[in-house]
Order: sequence, then structure tokens, then C-alpha cells
Amino acid sequence: MSGGALREPWHSLRRQREAASFGMWLFLASEALLFGGLILAFIATRWFHPAAFAAAGREADIVYGTANTLLLLTSSLTMAVGAQAARAELPRLAGRALGLTLALGLAFLCLKGLEWRADLAKGLWPGPGFALEQPAARIAFAFYWLLTGLHGLHLLGGLSAIAWLAGQAVLGRRPWRSPAFEAAALYWHLIDVVWMFLYPLLYLDGRAA
Amino acid sequence: MSELAAGRVRPAEGPAEPWPDNYLTAEQGLGSWLLTTDHKRIALLYMATLLAFFVIGGFGAVMIRLELFTPEQDLMTADAYNRMFTLHGTVMVWFFLVPSIPNTLGNFLLPLMIGARDLAFPRVNLLSWYLFVGAGLLLVVALVAGGVDTGWTFYTPFSTMFSNGYVLLAALAVILAGFSSIATGLNFIATVHLLRAPGMHWFRLPLLVWALYGTSVVMVLATPVLAASLLLIVAERAFGLPVFDPAQGGDPLLFQHLFWFYSHPAVYIMILPSFGVISEIVTCFARRRIFGYTFMVYAILWIAVVGFLVWGHHMFVSGQSLFTSLVFSFLSFVIAVPSAIKVFNWTFTLYRGQITFEAPMLYALGFIGLFTLGGLTGLFLAAIPIDVHVTDTYFVVAHFHFIMVGGAVTALYGGLSFWWPKITGRLYPEGWARFAAILMFFGFAFTFFPMFVMGFAGMPRRYAAYPPEFQIWHVMSSCGAVLLAAAYLLPMAYLTFSLFRGARATDDPWDATGLEWRTASPPPRGNFGVLPVVAEGPYLYHPEAEGPHHSEREPHQNQGGNL
Amino acid sequence: MSGRSSRRSSKRSLGEATPRSAGAILARSLPVWLVLVGLALASCALAYLPMGRWNMAVSLGIAAAKMLLIGLFFMHLRRPDPLLRLAGGAWLLWVGFLAALVFADQATRAPLTQPEHMEDRTMEPPETAGGRSGF
Repeated sequence: MSGGALREPWHSLRRQREAASFGMWLFLASEALLFGGLILAFIATRWFHPAAFAAAGREADIVYGTANTLLLLTSSLTMAVGAQAARAELPRLAGRALGLTLALGLAFLCLKGLEWRADLAKGLWPGPGFALEQPAARIAFAFYWLLTGLHGLHLLGGLSAIAWLAGQAVLGRRPWRSPAFEAAALYWHLIDVVWMFLYPLLYLDGRAA
Repeated sequence: MSELAAGRVRPAEGPAEPWPDNYLTAEQGLGSWLLTTDHKRIALLYMATLLAFFVIGGFGAVMIRLELFTPEQDLMTADAYNRMFTLHGTVMVWFFLVPSIPNTLGNFLLPLMIGARDLAFPRVNLLSWYLFVGAGLLLVVALVAGGVDTGWTFYTPFSTMFSNGYVLLAALAVILAGFSSIATGLNFIATVHLLRAPGMHWFRLPLLVWALYGTSVVMVLATPVLAASLLLIVAERAFGLPVFDPAQGGDPLLFQHLFWFYSHPAVYIMILPSFGVISEIVTCFARRRIFGYTFMVYAILWIAVVGFLVWGHHMFVSGQSLFTSLVFSFLSFVIAVPSAIKVFNWTFTLYRGQITFEAPMLYALGFIGLFTLGGLTGLFLAAIPIDVHVTDTYFVVAHFHFIMVGGAVTALYGGLSFWWPKITGRLYPEGWARFAAILMFFGFAFTFFPMFVMGFAGMPRRYAAYPPEFQIWHVMSSCGAVLLAAAYLLPMAYLTFSLFRGARATDDPWDATGLEWRTASPPPRGNFGVLPVVAEGPYLYHPEAEGPHHSEREPHQNQGGNL
Repeated sequence: MSGRSSRRSSKRSLGEATPRSAGAILARSLPVWLVLVGLALASCALAYLPMGRWNMAVSLGIAAAKMLLIGLFFMHLRRPDPLLRLAGGAWLLWVGFLAALVFADQATRAPLTQPEHMEDRTMEPPETAGGRSGF
């Protein structure tokens, strides 16, 4: 009746679908407080050292940052299309959109890797030989590495989940109507939204001066 | 009394009678336990794991009390003492108290109480146990390798720059355990929202379900902030990223803010489920409806939300703004109101009840007394002038042990006795259980009440050596700890005994309301043969027609007659 | 009549009225993406406009707008499902709790405890950890 998408302890796919979205939303609320706490720590420290944080913001590579922002926004589009297509049981569109999402996510990670390499070459790791004069700029870059690293890990997790789900669907082991695609899409959009806040905080600070 | 007791044992069925098919016998083999998605089996897995951690944490407590028997520092070095109380704190907070009632009784009872076949995400539930075990192993590795000396609070800059313990491993273990409690929390919330039986309205839910719901909200929203604060410590300690380093302009107070944003609500994670358990027990053994059901519900939600706004009372002497301290102080008084509502409502439930003193009821009454004391001393600590006087003294230690041990652990033992027949299908030996319950109350008071006195007199916490004038109090406390340890071990012995020799329980040995008693003991794999339909509210022990309305008052009589 | 309309609304609330064709899906999603890209470029450009302390406020405001768009359209909070809307909005309150009280502390802290006013040790080499650093 439900084509294999229904699982225990649910009696209807509708209810199960709502539960998958709801459970994922609760997890996202939790993630929102994880990143919210870290971003709050960033803003709270910036409160005491605005000049140093502005100087640090100017050092971050805005070309990589902006390119990655656009990549991630586009991947959100393809993910949204993919999830809706999966639900509407349009396998061709869904497969392509999910594949494109994976490609865009990987491109983001590659750019991020190149950026990190350039940052290290510029001496932006807050250890010995740090490039900036102000001591608090070290804190700003401590947050930069922590936040981009953690975001990258989440992105990697999202990519693996999408790859696994899409792979199962293509092999015919998971019906396209499975609520898992929508849940995965919600997670992917969260990664995007987190980056929307990291971008101004880490890259746009102090540009006008 | 004996009639009541006779009604609990399954009549005319010898021990040789085969058990009806239930969740314990549905599948056999180790694999059927380690890969189970049955919430009842996972609850038992959690129980076994938590027992191990309770023993480890208890070992820390024993060592601390032994060292403090004499004023000199004779049993261990100051550094070893630091590691010992850190072991005790870390293990007991994150690996015993936070998961204690939610993951054992909660996991077992939540679907049964709302008439569901399982939790919303059975595999996430299993994942949560594996995360917990993984985290526990990491912590054990850290403790065996040499331990941590920061205290359970991981305060910076000590933890990031100076401590030479295994801070990173311990922090990672706590982060991982946090993910486990997030998984449990979101599972519970989704289950309560989406899997209630037909007719089980929100205001027909038993209070334990409401309490677990409130707890889950706190778990899902507070735990990630703990993960954030510990991640910052990991970043600073492992990678040299100077987040809280005062020399670079970092703010150690920021760490305390983030840490206590979780760790104060964590107290409500520990105590809210106890509130739920006590509400179930008090109503059953007073044969009364709960007094003020809706207010009990609002009190739970109030605590769950406002509990997030009071964390700054841990930081009154830290150098945070005085104005903020005033706000936090006020809000800490506000949070006492719902707790008081609950205590008053239990008392009113007892009033004119037909009380019988079975073991669970003794635990529950002990809980109410100890929790009231713990709560009232919390008001002392919410007042800034008194808090400045007793900060970091044994007064604080006594206060939070009254809440977390006298409250949460007593409720856990009470709940375990109450639902033991449902979980195992066996009755525990009533006489031993009553003895243990009474011993636990007195052992606890004997251990922790002297701490209020010595703390107020100025005995600081976290020192292995102390001035000799405090010895009398420490000796009292250490002696009480012996009684308390006996009271904790005794139920483990008689409950284990009852597994093999206990009388077979009926499906509803306490004649209690609630859906969990409407199925077999122990329940079948799918919880219910036919899913129940609910037509009435909870705790209908005292139906409208049976007994006088509260407006018909009996004339007052002095106890013992008129002398 | 009323029964039919309530059934329809319950269908909508569970998101059963989702687009079924590739055209409909793209027609719903592409415009949102265009607006998002526009906002991203705008925030990049506005960052170079000297507005003092308002620069960060504007950037974060645009970020919030993007979050709202993604939440409403891509994460389907536009669908009238009260449960999902509740879960999707509740975290804001808690982040608000955290921010409000942390900033209340920072804004009113006694001056001497603020790092800027402390003895300047920043030119000295950073202190290394005492003792062996356990893992």
C-alpha cells in the first residue's frame, strides 16, 4: 500500500512524513543552538574588541567567501528541487537535482580547502608567527577556524547522507516517496543558513574602513 | 493490608507456570538485545549501563568521604583528591543523573503511558544508547589514564592552559553523551506529539509524560550550548586557538555563561522527571486524584522555560555585572514558585487520602521532604548577599545534593520499585524495600545535613585538608554516607533476588490508573494487544460519586482527642 | 460544505498539495533562488559602504532575511503545519534568552573587569601550559 516507505511504529505514511520532518526540525533547533552559542560567543568577544575583529575580517579572503556563498545558495535550490521531485516521484529530476547538490557541496569543500591553504600561507593561524598585530585578532581567527571547520564537518555529514539516500533510491532499495529526502533537505538548508550568518561575520567585517 | 497484598500476586499460578509471551521472551540471544529497537529493551540496556556508572561515581564519593574523615590530608595527595571529586562530579552528573530517569523509566514507560507501540524513532533510540556507551568508554579511558583535575565545570583558563589532566578526552566524552541525550529528547518530543492514543488529549496525559516532555525540551535546546562551550575548550587546548585566553583579550566569563546556560537547566533535566514519578506514586498510594492537575502541568512548563533564565546565579562572585546579578537573583526566586506549587499540590493530594505506606510511597514522601529542604536552601543561594557568604562552601554542596541525590535519586528508586512489577513481572520483597526506603531517608539526611552547618560556618568545598574544628561535621557526614551506601546497595540486592524468586505480579498490582497498567506484566513486544482508546483523564482514583466532595467538610478534631 | 473545506485544509496542512510536475517545482523554487543571490551580492556590496557600526547590523539583517526566505520556501514553513512552524521557530526564543542575558552582563559590567582596561600584557609572549598536556 505504501510501497515499502512505511516503518514501525507508524500506521500511515502521512503521519510518518510529518514525524520525519518534525524530528528533523527538532534536531535543527538543537543545531541552531549549537551554532547560535558559538556565533554568540563570537559576537560577545567582538563587542570588546571591534577594531581587532574588523582587522581580522579584512584579512579573510572575500573572493572565496562570496563564491562559496553563491555555491551554497545554489545547492540549496537544487536540494529543494530534488526533495520536491522525489516526493512527486519524478526520478529523473530528483536524481539530477540531488547529483547537482552533491557536486555543488563538493565544490564548496574544494574551494574551502584552497582558501584554508591560502590562509595558512598568509600566516593566519593564530599561533606563533601570526600575521596580525592586535592580540584580539588571534581570537577572531580562532573563531574563524573553529566555525568554518565545524561548518565544513556538518557539510560533509550532509553530503554523505544525501549520497547514501540518493544511492539507495537509484539502486531501487528506497522508494522516492520516502520521507527521508525531505528530512535530508531540511538538514542541508540548515547548513546553508548557518553559512549565511558566518559569511557576514567572518568575511564582511571591516570592509568599509 | 494483607488483602491488598494478596491482590498483587497472581493467584493459583505456580512459578512453574510458563510466562505469557512478552518483550523479554519475544527474541533470544545477545544480538536480539544489542540490535533491538524495542524501547523496553533499550530501557533495560540503559539501566545496566547506568548502574555501572553509578558504581564508578559512588566509588569517587566513598574515596572523598574517607579522605575527609580526618582533618589532615592523609589518604591521597591534593592532586589525587582533585581528580577524585572531578570523577565523582563528571560521572554522576552526565553519566548517571541526567540520563537516570528519562532513559530508564522514561524510555520504558513513555510509549506505554500514551498508548503507543514504540517511540517515534526506534532506531534513533538505539543509536542514543550506543552514543552513550561510546561516550562512557571515552570517559572511562580518561579516568583510567590519569583522570581530570578541573572539577566537573571545566572552568577556563585552568582547563585550557594549566590543567594537566585528560581534559580533552573528558570534554569529548561529555559532548558525545550530550548527543545521546539530544537524540533521546527529540524522540520523546516527537512521540508525545504524534503517537498519543486516540482520546489521549494533552490534558489527559499523566504528569510523568508531561515531565518527560518538559525535560526533553530542555535537553534538546540546552545540550548543544554545552557542546559549543566544550568545543571552544577543545579548540583552545588541542589546537591552541586562544578563545578564552585573557592575555589575548578573551573573556573567561563567556565560558561560564555558555557552560551554565546548559548546566543550570541540567538540574531541571534531573529533577523534572522526578516530579513526574512522584506525582504518579503519591496519587496511587493516597488513592486520590492529583490536586490541581492543570497547575502541575503549567508548573512543569514554567520550570522548563524559565529554568533557562537563571544560570547567572552560579556566577555571583565571578565578576559579572552586578545589575545582571540582580536580574538573575530575581529570576531565581521566580523559578522557586512552580517548585513550591508542586510541593503544595502533592501535600494537598495527600490530604484526606487513604494513604498506605508501601515502599514507593515511602520513597515519595522522603522525596517531598528532602526536595523541600533542598529547594528552600536554593532560595538562600539565590539571594546575592547570602550567596556571597556561602559561595564555594559545603552549604552549596549540601544544597545541590539535596536536590540531585535526595530528590532525583530517591525518586529513581521509588519509581523503580513502583514499576518493577511492570518491568519484570515480579514483586520485590515489601519489607526489605520499606526498610531500604527509610534507611535511605535517614542515611541521606545524616550525610548531607551536617554539610549545611559546616558550610555556613565557612568550610570550603574541594579541599582535602581542613581546620580541625570542622571534623565533627565531617565525621557525621562520613558515617551517614555508610548508611546511605547501604541503602543504595540494598535495593540492588533484593531487586536482583526478586528477579529469580519474587512472587509473580498481576498486571496491575497497585490497582493504579494509567495505560501502562492496562497491559500484561511484563508487556508484550508491541506493548498492547489492541491499542487502547482513552475516554477519561488521569488519576481517577477517587471518582466523583465515591466519597465526600471537598466542600463537605468533616468537623476538625484534635489529634489524640481533647486532652 | 464545511466538512469538505476542513478536509481540504487538513490536506493542505499536511502538505499534500505539493507540486507534482517538474515545471511547477522549478517555477516555485527558481524565483526564490534569484532573490537569495541578489541579497547575497547586495550584502557583499553594502559591506564596502562606510556606515560605521551599522555595517554589521545591515549584513546580519540581510542574513536574517535570507534565513527567512530559505525557511519559508525551501524548508516549507509556508505550509500551514502548526507543529513544524512551532519547532522551526522555538529555537529563536532560546537563542534570545542566551543573547539577552549575556549582553546584559557585558553591557553593564564594571569597567575594571573589562579586558580593555586590564593591565596590558599582550606584547609579552603567550604563556605556555604548565605541566604536561595530557590528551
